[in-house]
Amino acid sequence: MPKVRFRDSQIEMAHGAGGKASRRLVEGLFAPLLYGSLQESLGDAARVEMNGTPIAMTTDSFVVKPLRFPGGSIGELAVNGTMNDLAVAGARGHSMVVTFVLEEGLPSSILEAEVRAMSNALRRAGVAMVGGDTKVVERGKADGMYITTAGIGIPLPDLHLNPRSVHPGDKVLLSGPIGDHGITILLARGDLELEADLRSDSRCVLPLVEALVQEAAPGVRWMRDPTRGGVATSLNELARDCGLGISLLEEEIPMRDAVRGACELLGLDPLHIANEGQFVAVVAPDFADLALHALNNAPGGEDARVIGEVRKEPANAVLVSTRYGGSRIVDMLAGDPLPRIC
Amino acid sequence: MRFVDEFRDPGLITKAVEEIHRLAQPGRHYRIMEVCGGHTHAIYRFGLKDILPEDIELIHGPGCPVCVLPMGRIDDGLALAQKNGTIFAAFGDMMRVPGTHGSPFEHKARGTDVRIVYSPADALQIARKNPKRHVIFFAIGFETTAPSTALTLMHAKREAIRNFSVFCNHVTIVPAIRAILDSPDMRLDAFIGPGHVSTVIGCRPYEWIARAEGKPVVTSGFEPLDLLQSIVMLLRQLRAGEARVENQYKRVVPWEGNRAALKAMAEVFELRPHFEWRGLGFISQSALRIRKEYADWDSEQRFDVPETRVADPKAAQCGEVLKGVLKPAQCKLFGKECTPEHPIGALMVSSEGSCAAYYNYEYRKTASLVTEISSVA
Repeated sequence: MPKVRFRDSQIEMAHGAGGKASRRLVEGLFAPLLYGSLQESLGDAARVEMNGTPIAMTTDSFVVKPLRFPGGSIGELAVNGTMNDLAVAGARGHSMVVTFVLEEGLPSSILEAEVRAMSNALRRAGVAMVGGDTKVVERGKADGMYITTAGIGIPLPDLHLNPRSVHPGDKVLLSGPIGDHGITILLARGDLELEADLRSDSRCVLPLVEALVQEAAPGVRWMRDPTRGGVATSLNELARDCGLGISLLEEEIPMRDAVRGACELLGLDPLHIANEGQFVAVVAPDFADLALHALNNAPGGEDARVIGEVRKEPANAVLVSTRYGGSRIVDMLAGDPLPRIC
Repeated sequence: MRFVDEFRDPGLITKAVEEIHRLAQPGRHYRIMEVCGGHTHAIYRFGLKDILPEDIELIHGPGCPVCVLPMGRIDDGLALAQKNGTIFAAFGDMMRVPGTHGSPFEHKARGTDVRIVYSPADALQIARKNPKRHVIFFAIGFETTAPSTALTLMHAKREAIRNFSVFCNHVTIVPAIRAILDSPDMRLDAFIGPGHVSTVIGCRPYEWIARAEGKPVVTSGFEPLDLLQSIVMLLRQLRAGEARVENQYKRVVPWEGNRAALKAMAEVFELRPHFEWRGLGFISQSALRIRKEYADWDSEQRFDVPETRVADPKAAQCGEVLKGVLKPAQCKLFGKECTPEHPIGALMVSSEGSCAAYYNYEYRKTASLVTEISSVA
């Protein structure tokens, strides 16, 4: 029997936050018992071959509160999230299935609004929904609704993504400003008496990924969409998987003032905040200019930047430095980011 | 962004660093303590050690309220929260801090109703909305957060909200500084004075440090340029052989403090005869308790508190690190048994604790790498 290393006595919120606890659960329990045949590190989507035809496959659940927020809603996220997981695994979404877990008493109008949001997102992404399932749970057992989607996609040509192909000197590209989604949700919950003109960045990143791949496919080595746990978590996973260091220049990381202000106020690091419409790519140095140019010229990629590069050191870690010469390590979080008050 | 960008300006920062180099006397080693956990966090977050001369040693002080809270107090607070229908409210800072039977988050997973609040007023609001349930606000912090707890208690009394009480762990900064200075193995040259605490208490309470102990104090802001300017001001005093209290953080800190906040504190709180500090032991008159006029809103006066005492693990050398005698990485447990995910010692539990800040921001940098970065900049 494969060895189970997961020793936590109970499941806590941190196990779902995408940071270290999530990784412990996935690598310590799920991977040895369920993904035993897999040799590769776990990416955003799996690659399988059916009768010699490669396909990408992924699934994601959406449990957001509130259901609607500036710039998006759970229905839209449920489509875009799964499409994005396929896109950053180098695949164009082909078809999806969906499961709704609905809470007794949920107003039909709210459900209809979310189904419409999904329908619009499907049309924009050019992907088909081919089936689904519905369950209803008692009042109080779900926050209105949970949605799970699963999708399959067709790999884009000439693209070979693998953290082990990442080398020192490779450039790290980011598709746009970070933190919009996480901070929007934090503010939309209404616990903080803070207001900001901010919208979730929820969108399908496939057009941007395709623009990048079209120009720079042979040089693209790795991609990830930095959702829960933010850019810091994605890049820490890369650092660990490739055994190298990721060095970022703080001033180059695109960020809106509202996000920066909220993070300063709450003692949060924007690199830990969730995104729903961005991706990080590592590109060979010779292709970096082409790649950036391709992103900047695609609609919605105007703010893409080279934010850093891969170095030998610090091995297995992410280092952020500033123009004035200070630097710090940015780790994955243990659980959800918590505001510091005292 | 105003009040941020101008204090991170590379040109001004370079100038301040040059000034520090100019003022530091060759061959002299300076030991400067930043009292406040917020400063410790900022020093690591902005990587100031990378740009300061090696002979300026920053020693991390006792000013992290989460770190200095004894585990027994967390156990007591969580024990009170086990009574049916109780809601346990605290700042996010507390949520992962381990008690003997787990952190507030672990208790939440086992069924305790644990809520994160952003101010004591939010906890009182939960009580207003849930009149049939008792809400305990687990109050922590130095004089920075104590006034808002005081005001909340005044509101609770005025509105006669009976289902609300405060488990008070507020501490005061000056006795902790005194304890550090009284420690025989402690040799410090100067202090970077607390920023947020001083917005409430002002700068006067530090005057004895300059007068009686002959150590300069500069109350400082939290941006890189604030801290560097404060070090410049301290070095100028040391060079001139002076010891005064100066205020670098004038844009926020009034010399006399905030009278309204001090008045609210005096109305609600009185000094405890003594209070235990994790890593430092008992310090007399170093913490606040709720006056008997507010007994109905004081969890300790209202309920039976178990008064749990938990000894710090013997192997952890928190006291030595807290006093600046040891560096975080010199502790035997650092990075092995004791990490931010599984903190054993006090200073690893909050991101403002010096061990956690060192672990998170500094630990995995290599010497070669730091040089590489400074050459780029």
